[in-house]
Amino acid sequence: MSAAATTHGGSRAIETPEGVVLSFQLAALGSRLSALVVDGLLIGVGMLVPAALILSARGRSGGGWLVALGTMLIFLLRHFYFVWFELNQQGRTPGKRLTGIRVIDARGGQLRAEAVFVRNVTRDVELLLPLFVLVAPSLVAAEKLGVARALSSLWLLAFGLLPLLNRDRMRVGDLLAGTLVVRNPRATLSADLGAAAAASRSEGPVQPAVRFTREQLDMYGIRELHVLADLLRRRDENVARDLATVAEQVRRKIAWDPAGQDVTPRQFLRALYPALRAHLEHKMVLGERQEHKKAGRLQRD
Amino acid sequence: MSGSTIRLKSVEFRRHREPSWRQLEALVAKVESGSMQALDADELSRLPQLYRATISSLSVARAISLDRDLLEYLETLCGRAYVCVYGPRRHVWDALKEFFGRRFPLAIRRARTHVAAAALLLGLGAATGFTLTMVEPERFYAFVDEGMAQGRGPHETTEKLREALYSEGTRRGSDLTAFATFLLSHNARIGMLCFALGVVAGVPVVYLLFSNGLVLGAFAALYQQRGLGVEFWGWILPHGVTELLAVVLCAAAGLMVGESVVFPGPSTRMANLVRRGREAGIMVLGAVAMFFVAAIIEGVFRQQVHDLAARYGLVAASAALWSLYVVLASRESAE
Repeated sequence: MSAAATTHGGSRAIETPEGVVLSFQLAALGSRLSALVVDGLLIGVGMLVPAALILSARGRSGGGWLVALGTMLIFLLRHFYFVWFELNQQGRTPGKRLTGIRVIDARGGQLRAEAVFVRNVTRDVELLLPLFVLVAPSLVAAEKLGVARALSSLWLLAFGLLPLLNRDRMRVGDLLAGTLVVRNPRATLSADLGAAAAASRSEGPVQPAVRFTREQLDMYGIRELHVLADLLRRRDENVARDLATVAEQVRRKIAWDPAGQDVTPRQFLRALYPALRAHLEHKMVLGERQEHKKAGRLQRD
Repeated sequence: MSGSTIRLKSVEFRRHREPSWRQLEALVAKVESGSMQALDADELSRLPQLYRATISSLSVARAISLDRDLLEYLETLCGRAYVCVYGPRRHVWDALKEFFGRRFPLAIRRARTHVAAAALLLGLGAATGFTLTMVEPERFYAFVDEGMAQGRGPHETTEKLREALYSEGTRRGSDLTAFATFLLSHNARIGMLCFALGVVAGVPVVYLLFSNGLVLGAFAALYQQRGLGVEFWGWILPHGVTELLAVVLCAAAGLMVGESVVFPGPSTRMANLVRRGREAGIMVLGAVAMFFVAAIIEGVFRQQVHDLAARYGLVAASAALWSLYVVLASRESAE
């Protein structure tokens, strides 16, 4: 069964340049935080190389070059790790890849280099500085005025909380760059329940002729169709019992007459699905979408 | 109304189109497990075609099919393919050429009022620092803190100060490279910080610019009073032209962002912020490259060349080169 499109998170509609609206699910803040932690760890591990270079240069006469190389590597790693990956891997750093999220352009266009750069440049301000402010204020502010320091601390703490305060979960960097971080789900396509071939394979050689009138099919709506599809795809041990229950409910509601045939619940529902879908799709094409079932029951005449 | 076999239009439609969706899925999976480079030329040209075909399938499916499974599948497949097709995928070299050849100079030109404002603020700070320190030399310590002074100050003898301009103490070749790269990363970070702080309505940027100007002015006054004014500027300016320009650009970027927060103009605050944010980002990115250039000049050139005339020659050359670059490169493209 395909991945259910959960609504925890909220979806954002993006209009592609072709004029089609795609909806993406916003990434949960937890996923983003986990991705950040993973990326941070990777950067930290990566920093060991230049750190080793710099340490090995101590006391060596030609050591300056090693220190230079080390400093350059630290600088590049710290500032361009995110930019490099988000540009070359379609908006995914290793951390984001692990948690299944990615960066996209909020307006549906191409993800540009400066957007990726901008969204990452502000991370220093949002993340590292508030941390420093809390831990060691004197490291951050060279300013002499205590008031300025206090004010900037307040502002910086506010930035850290910004994703919690807006619907699009944008960080300051996302706001400036016009990007969104969304989930990257995969859906698999199961066999088509509407196709008759699927039925005959599993139901045995003799397929009873199960028919429904238009009046009977009118009793149910799109929501019930989807529930039926989910039910028919289930493979757990309770499914037989549920099939029997639902089949009986349907039989009573639409006053269906087996006309002397021996029809199992699964055969019954398996035949109902394509009939109901054809009926509802036909109505939909003509402009009528019936979302829900009708109340009451049909009378057997 | 129906026989034992019902032919649904949506089933026919899916049967007809499914093979191409599977092809797209395979391509997308290939890209996602590696990168766009994982595709060969043939696959790369098929990707947009398959994407467009699948997007149109999605439109059709939304209109005629009630198979929720199918709709979710197409929706997510189109989403994944969309980020592949519209993700950044240019070759790095082309992107660099376009960036430095066109977009960076253009961004500077568009932001010229902010650049002018930033330069003015820096100049004001420098002038203030200069005049105040000339009047009262001890003020130097108020403007410049320990770390930046590195032992220089009004208490030093003139000889010591002159020496500092020409030999940098006992630093040797490789140490200078280390020093240069340290400066680069330090200044680039300050530049980026300047930009990022612009979000706070630009106030910290103004403060930073002014205070850096004060430092510059104080130093200038210190050396001026000892009669080393010309030497001082010959020491600062060769790399200083590039570096100060980069600082001004970063600050201008911060001011742009700050202004768009406070005065959104006709568009919504958010839309304006995004637009300005990207323009500003272009400037900062270019400025970081300029810091790089400045660090090379500072680290390598300055220690090798001691002749004042040569130093001033470089000052003139770098000022001219940057002006020409910005003016010419941004004029070529249609605005």
